[in-house]
Amino acid sequence: MLEVFIFATLNGLVTGLLLFMLASGLTLIFSMMGVLNFAHASFYMLGAYFAYSISLYLGFWGGLIFAPLIVGALGALVERYLLRRVHEHGHVAELVFTFGLAFLIEEAVQFFWGPDTKNYRSPDILDFPLFTLFGQEFSAYRGFMIGISVAIFIGLYHLLTRSRIGIIIQAAITHPHTVANLGHNVPLIFMGVFGVGTALAGVAGVIAGPVLTTFPGMAVVLGSIVFVIVVIGGLGSLTGAFIASLLIGLLQSYAIASDLGMPDLLNLLGLEFGRDHPLTDLWTLSLPQIAPIMPFMLLVLVLIFRPTGLLGKREQ
Amino acid sequence: MKQLLTKSLVWIAYLAVLLILPQIFNSVLAITIFNQMAIAIVFALSYNMLLGQGGMLSFGHAVYFGLGGFMAVHALVMIEFETFYFSIIYIPLIGGLIGLLAAVFIGSFSTHKAGTVFAMISLGIGELVAASSLIFVSFFGGEAGVSADRTYGPPFFGIEFFQDIEIYYLAAGWVFIATLFMYLFTQTPAGRMANAVRDNPERAEFIGYSARKVRFISFCASGFFAGIAGGLFALNYEFITEENLNAVTSGRVLLMAYIGGLGYFIGPIVGAVILTLMNSLLSNYTELWMLYLGIMFVLTVLFLPRGFAGFIMMHRVAWVQKRMQSLVMPYLLTGVPAMITAVSLVAIIEMLHHRGEEFHFLLVTLSSTSVFSWALVLAVAGASIYAVRLSLPRLHSAWEDANKLVDADEDNARP
Repeated sequence: MLEVFIFATLNGLVTGLLLFMLASGLTLIFSMMGVLNFAHASFYMLGAYFAYSISLYLGFWGGLIFAPLIVGALGALVERYLLRRVHEHGHVAELVFTFGLAFLIEEAVQFFWGPDTKNYRSPDILDFPLFTLFGQEFSAYRGFMIGISVAIFIGLYHLLTRSRIGIIIQAAITHPHTVANLGHNVPLIFMGVFGVGTALAGVAGVIAGPVLTTFPGMAVVLGSIVFVIVVIGGLGSLTGAFIASLLIGLLQSYAIASDLGMPDLLNLLGLEFGRDHPLTDLWTLSLPQIAPIMPFMLLVLVLIFRPTGLLGKREQ
Repeated sequence: MKQLLTKSLVWIAYLAVLLILPQIFNSVLAITIFNQMAIAIVFALSYNMLLGQGGMLSFGHAVYFGLGGFMAVHALVMIEFETFYFSIIYIPLIGGLIGLLAAVFIGSFSTHKAGTVFAMISLGIGELVAASSLIFVSFFGGEAGVSADRTYGPPFFGIEFFQDIEIYYLAAGWVFIATLFMYLFTQTPAGRMANAVRDNPERAEFIGYSARKVRFISFCASGFFAGIAGGLFALNYEFITEENLNAVTSGRVLLMAYIGGLGYFIGPIVGAVILTLMNSLLSNYTELWMLYLGIMFVLTVLFLPRGFAGFIMMHRVAWVQKRMQSLVMPYLLTGVPAMITAVSLVAIIEMLHHRGEEFHFLLVTLSSTSVFSWALVLAVAGASIYAVRLSLPRLHSAWEDANKLVDADEDNARP
C-alpha cells in the first residue's frame, strides 16, 4: 500500500510540475492581456515536435535549448502580428482566434510531420534508474523532469518579484498607462511576456514529449486540463496555478493508482444491486475510470461555488 | 404593413428554396449533402442564439445536440420494439425536449455570468459529458455508439422513410419551423433583452431585468433547438456516437457560426452551408481540407470579424445609394488576382504534401521534384500578388467613394 502511495505521489508530482510549466505561462499571459490562450497547449506540442526534429541532428540537449527558443519566437510573432490585430474586436474575438489557431496548429503539425506518433526518446545519459524503492525503479528522466520544473519555477518567481524587469512587468499588468508614461514600451513588454510564456510551454513540450509520446493529439490531451488548472487556481494567480497544478496532478495520479470504486462504497453501506440493473454502469464505477473527468468536475464545482478560483482576485 | 409583406415574402422564398432544391440537384450525393446542411443549419442557428444574440461563448454546445440525438435514437429503438408507437416525424421534438431539459439543468448554474466564466463552465461541462458518455455504456453505447432503424414507425401518409429524399422533406419541414421560431424568438422581448444583456448587462439590470434570467431563457431556447438538430441527425444517420457530443462537434458549430457571421440572423445559415459544402465536396479532392478550413477560419477572424454575412451587409450603404456598379470593376480587378494567388498557394501546399509524387491540379500536372512545376507556381503566385498590390489602392478609393454619405454631397453642392 505504502509503495503504491509513494509512487503515485512521485508520478503525481511529475505530472503536476509539468502542468505547472504550461499553466504558469498561460496565467501570466492572461494577467497581462486578459485573454485565455486556447493555443497554449499547441505551443507545447510544437515544442515537442521541434525538439524531435532537432534531436535527429543535435541530440536531445540541442532540442532542449533551441526548440523553446523557436517556439517562443513564433509565439512573439503571433502576438505582434495576429493577436494584436484581433484585440480591437474584443475578448470574444480573441478567444475565438486562439481557438482557431489551436485548430490550425494541429492541422499544420499533421501537414509537416504526418499523423503518426514520432519516436522521440529521452537521452541515453538519463536512461538509468535513479533509485529503487520496494523493488520498483524510478527513472532518472522523471527525476530530471522534476528538477527542471522546480528550477524554472524558482527562476520565474525570482525574475518576477526580485528583478527590475519583473517589477516593470508587474506594474504593466495593473497600470499599463502609467508604465507607458514612464517611458517603457508596454506593447513590447506584452510581446515579450507572450514569447516567454509560449517558450515555457515549449520547454514543457520538449521534456514531456519522450514520456507522454509525441503525436498530433498531444495538445488536445493536455490543453483543456491546463485551462482547468488556470481557472481553478484563480485567473492570473501564479501561486494559485502552482497549487492547482499539483492538486490535479496528485489527484489524477492517486485515482489511477487506487483500485477503489462504487462497489466498495456500496459494500461499506451494506447495499447491493443486481448486475442487470439499468444503472449498472453507475454501480460498477471505479476511481481509475473517472480519473480523466475529475479535473472537469473540480472545475465546474469551483466555478459554481467560487468563480474567482482558489487564489483569484475579486472581479471588478 | 409593407414591411410585414416583404418579410413574409422572404419566408415564402426560403420555404420554396428548401422544397425545390432536391428537384434541381437530385443525385444521391446532393441529397446527402442537403440532409447534412439541414442539420447544420438548425444547429448553427441555435448556437448563434447563445453567442451572437446572447453574448455567451460556449465551448460545449454539442452536449445538447448529442443528448438530444442519443435520446432520439433510443426513441427510435422504442418505436421498433413498440414500447411507444408514434410517427417518427415527432422524433426531433423528443430530441429538442431532452436538449431543453439538459439546458434547464445546466443553465441553472452556468448562466450566472457571461464572458470567460461562462465559456469555462461550458468547456468543463462539455468535457465532463463527453468523458461520461464513454463510461456509461448502457445508454451511450461506448465508442461504438447506439443505432436504430427509422422505418419501423407507422407510415406518415403512406411514407415510410426508407429513402434519404423522404428524410430530406421531413428535415426541410423541421428546418423551416425551427428557423421561423428562432427568428420569432429574436423579436420577442426576451430576444431583445438578450441583445441588451449581451451589450451591457449592467444597464439591463438597472432597468429592472435580471441579466441572469434573460441569459437563462436564451440558453434554454438554444438548448432546445440544438436538441432538435440532434434529433434530425439521429433520423438521418440512424446512429449516433460519442463524437457527436464531444469538443470536436462543439468546435465545428463555433466555426460555422463564426465564419457565417455572428450577430446576423442569416449568418449561421450561410456558415452551415459553406462548411457542409467544404466538408463533403472538398474532402473528395484533397486530404488537407481540414488545414484549409483552419486557415480560412483564422483569416475570417482576422479580416472579417463579422463573417461572410457581415461582409455582405457592409455593402448596405453602397446598395441604398445605388452605387454598387461603381464597385464591380475594382472588385474584379482585385478579386480575380487574389483568387489566383490563393489557388497558387494551395498548389504549393499540395506540392509539399505529395512529396515528389505527380498529381493533377486544375489543368496541369504538378510534382514537387520538377523544376517546371515550381517555376510555374511561383511565377503565377508572384504575378498575382503583384497585381493585387497594384489594384488595391483603386479598390480602396472606390470603396470610399461608394460609401460617402449623400448629405455630404449635398453640402458640397450648396453654394
